[in-house]
Amino acid sequence: MSVQIQIDEKSFQIEQERKRVLDEVKLTVKKGDFLTIIGPSGCGKSTLLKIVAGLDTEYQGAVHVNDRQVVKPGIAQGFIFQEHRLFPWMTVEQNIAADLSLKDQDVRQKVDEMIEIVRLKGYEKAYPSEISGGMSQRVAIARALIRDPEVLLLDEPFGALDAFTRQHLQDVLIDIWQRKNITMILVTHDIDEAIYLGTDVAILRANPGHIQKLVHVGLSYPRAKTSPSYQQVRQQVLQEFEKTESQRYIDGEGI
Amino acid sequence: MVRAQAMNQPVAREKKARKSIPIWVKGLVLPLFIIVIWQIVSSSGVVSATVLPSPLQIIITFYNLIVSGVLFSHLQISIYRAVVGFLLGASIALVLGFVVGFSKHSESYIDPTMQMLRTIPSLAVTPLFILWFGFDELSKILLIAFASFFPVYVNTYNGIRSVDSKLFEVAQVLEFSKWKQLTRLILPSALSHILVGIRLSIGIAWLSLVVAELMGSSAGIGYMIMDARQFSQTDKVFVGIIIFGVVGKLTDSLVRILEKKLLKWRTNFEGVE
Repeated sequence: MSVQIQIDEKSFQIEQERKRVLDEVKLTVKKGDFLTIIGPSGCGKSTLLKIVAGLDTEYQGAVHVNDRQVVKPGIAQGFIFQEHRLFPWMTVEQNIAADLSLKDQDVRQKVDEMIEIVRLKGYEKAYPSEISGGMSQRVAIARALIRDPEVLLLDEPFGALDAFTRQHLQDVLIDIWQRKNITMILVTHDIDEAIYLGTDVAILRANPGHIQKLVHVGLSYPRAKTSPSYQQVRQQVLQEFEKTESQRYIDGEGI
Repeated sequence: MVRAQAMNQPVAREKKARKSIPIWVKGLVLPLFIIVIWQIVSSSGVVSATVLPSPLQIIITFYNLIVSGVLFSHLQISIYRAVVGFLLGASIALVLGFVVGFSKHSESYIDPTMQMLRTIPSLAVTPLFILWFGFDELSKILLIAFASFFPVYVNTYNGIRSVDSKLFEVAQVLEFSKWKQLTRLILPSALSHILVGIRLSIGIAWLSLVVAELMGSSAGIGYMIMDARQFSQTDKVFVGIIIFGVVGKLTDSLVRILEKKLLKWRTNFEGVE
């Protein structure tokens, strides 16, 4: 029971040129693990996640979720986009139900339970335009979770939020992950976010995207960012990350 | 700080007092002003009553037409024509707009023809409609249907094409069925466009009704106006014009109420106070 990612090659055609975005990316995420992937912008980490979700199928290789090959997007691979992407004409509870009927007792109960978990009680009837960005992203998470995904994929889900909201949502996410014992893969460019959340951190190198290093965090939750053991892991990840960065400068890319 | 606040208070109160005038009262100021001037001019006898009857005289004629039932019977037939014509045109437009909006294939087959027909003024086809369908109800209803078709068609098509592709991706991830994609994503998303189309269409239906009735008929508000013109009953002409205006405004308000109800999730800029 796991997520197996084996991407031999993924290229984009940019005008006349074929640009290799991902090269030999091999990852295995055990059931209940929380893998975070960090890398510089443009390293293909979002592309990697889209491939796992089945949103991008033009690549060499294969992705298996619980021994089933992913060929198209679906509820088994829950996906949280960078923007919340809620339906603006639906209320919070309608958004969570989405294509399911709230009149169904079973759905109703699940939605209510989910609202409780993502701490949105009292906002069931609010429209997305009436709630904050952090709340909207929680609705999006609830919308994915209610469908019992086998893996939850998050593409820089808190990137657009302020530091306080981000910290809060990271705690909410850990809470959900522990409660539901769900496999998660989160992509981010924030080193602290990656270490704070992940059981493992994959550092992605750019041009072409390739796993530079897989670091096992091995700290218990909740994690204290100021503790020496946390700082130690941070140092390790940072060093690896700097290696990928320096390579970019040598290649004449970067900022 | 404290002083600044204290100084601000009276200003704030003044603003509130001005706000308490309801919007509909504000809307009445200009028409009332015009009517008063008009009545003064007419009463002074500067202009003859055949050219410009006084507001008072128009009201009397209005009253007489209501009491005799003449106005009501004309209005009834006019509304019947407009409603049937609009429903016919708008429903075909809705279906066709959906079909063309959905499939690229049907777009390339149907849309160019529609765009060509769209540019033809309904006035230009009126003689043809009369030749084909005569002077009776059919030609009028078809003319109204023809005119009210295009706003709904264009806006429905646009509405469907403007559905956010990002939300389509979400629907894919959530495994929406084709039916749910239509009812929970495309329809709600296109609804604001469709309603704009319907509003425009109702306006045009009303406009073409006048054209149809002025061209030749034996009943309806348009006929009443033409008939009154022949006998120089200017006051009656005014009554007809007023009826057109009032009914047009009422139907428009109705659609707007519908719009507010159906699109209550929208947060749009509503103008500065």
